[in-house]
Amino acid sequence: MTDRFNLYKYAAPATFYPLAGKLIPWFAAASVIFGLAGLYLGMLVAPTDFQQGEGYRIIFIHVPASWMSMFIYLVMAFWAAIGLAFNTRLSGMMAQALAPTGALMAFLSLWTGALWGKPMWGAWWVWDARLTSELILLFLYIGYMALTAAIDDPRRADKAGGLLLLVGVVNVPIIYFSVKWWNTLHQGSTVNLTKSSMATTMLYGMLLMALCFWMYSIAVAFMRVRTIMLERERHTDWVKAELEGDAR
Amino acid sequence: MLKIILAVVGRDLKLAMRRQADIVSALFFFVIVVSLFPLGIGPEADLLRKLAPGVLWVAALLATMLSLPRLFADDHRDGTLEQLALAPHPLGLVVTGKVIAHWLVSGLPLALIAPVLGIQFDLSNDALLVLTGAILLGTPALSSIGAIGAALTLGLRGGGVLLSLLVLPLYIPVLIFGAGAVDATVSGLGGEGHLSLLAAMTLASLGFAPWASAAALKIALE
Repeated sequence: MTDRFNLYKYAAPATFYPLAGKLIPWFAAASVIFGLAGLYLGMLVAPTDFQQGEGYRIIFIHVPASWMSMFIYLVMAFWAAIGLAFNTRLSGMMAQALAPTGALMAFLSLWTGALWGKPMWGAWWVWDARLTSELILLFLYIGYMALTAAIDDPRRADKAGGLLLLVGVVNVPIIYFSVKWWNTLHQGSTVNLTKSSMATTMLYGMLLMALCFWMYSIAVAFMRVRTIMLERERHTDWVKAELEGDAR
Repeated sequence: MLKIILAVVGRDLKLAMRRQADIVSALFFFVIVVSLFPLGIGPEADLLRKLAPGVLWVAALLATMLSLPRLFADDHRDGTLEQLALAPHPLGLVVTGKVIAHWLVSGLPLALIAPVLGIQFDLSNDALLVLTGAILLGTPALSSIGAIGAALTLGLRGGGVLLSLLVLPLYIPVLIFGAGAVDATVSGLGGEGHLSLLAAMTLASLGFAPWASAAALKIALE
């Protein structure tokens, strides 16, 4: 029962604010440690790929960024569902705090993909199914941020944004498969990533980088959610006490 | 249930008929956008035939976007929407009626004029038939998915631009299979598979989207 009690307790901004503040340095430190270890493995230890040479090393950024961009959308949809079902304040704030990081990850994934594609395929951009769906995911993030930014009332912004996220999450698989089918119908797949079994060091490097991106995303989302909390709850006593404490 | 939907459809159609200029201007927007493409690309028939499905579909998407903000805005402004939300009938059914009425005044005219524009692009008779069928089957999905966006952006600053930002990514599957049906017919593969998927999408979105729109309207009316 104590566990349940704790969950409810931290659903209130006044109690979550200091908790997030305490957790941020830990997640940030973990991100740096995992990042350094991942980069060391990826850039120095992992063997050179016999087909792609050194250029393949961008996957240590590219793949974790793509994973995060998709995962963060799911997490946002999860918070949106919680927020709509239980009418909690914190979940909407979490969704809004995660959105810029998700969009950044989607953009990073596209950008590093383009940098990788130029030497490997000879083109910055091809209309591959995965590239196209990543681009659409970026559009969905931008749509969500534009909608929540356009609504002045934060409660309505949370709910409308949440509904959009749920509609989006239902549509993402449909979009993905239609794009995939469109691509195979239009042209033979120009991209044939014959991924032979990866060297284990490469895999570990990638997993470490993924952990680094996870920790980074959590730390940044917590920072952002703290500022959102302060802004929205600026009329309450706990924010006043908090800000006075800072000034001292 | 059917009575409620029919009553809303009848009312919305009557209102639309009193402002026919709106319908006609969206239709001419479609015609003009489609006619601009050959001017920009050049008159080679082979190229135009290849581009026709995509151009017609993208123009149809944009023309639908144009009429979406009006779906709820007028009723919202004069308070009718609140009365509809207060009524004992489920709001989802009311929205279904409004979506059907929207399709009758926006999607159906597009489908009727599309073959004429297809001739400009030198499409064969088979392709014209499939094009009309695809637009007939696909535009109800556009109206019902668009209704979610229209409800979410109700009463917001810059609602129209925001609406297209929200809704156009969700239109991508309809665009792919709508244009794909015509493409497949032109290349001799047969567009039946595409048309079936298009019909499936329309049925699914007509069934589910109005309830999502109703939820969005309730958020907007709070």
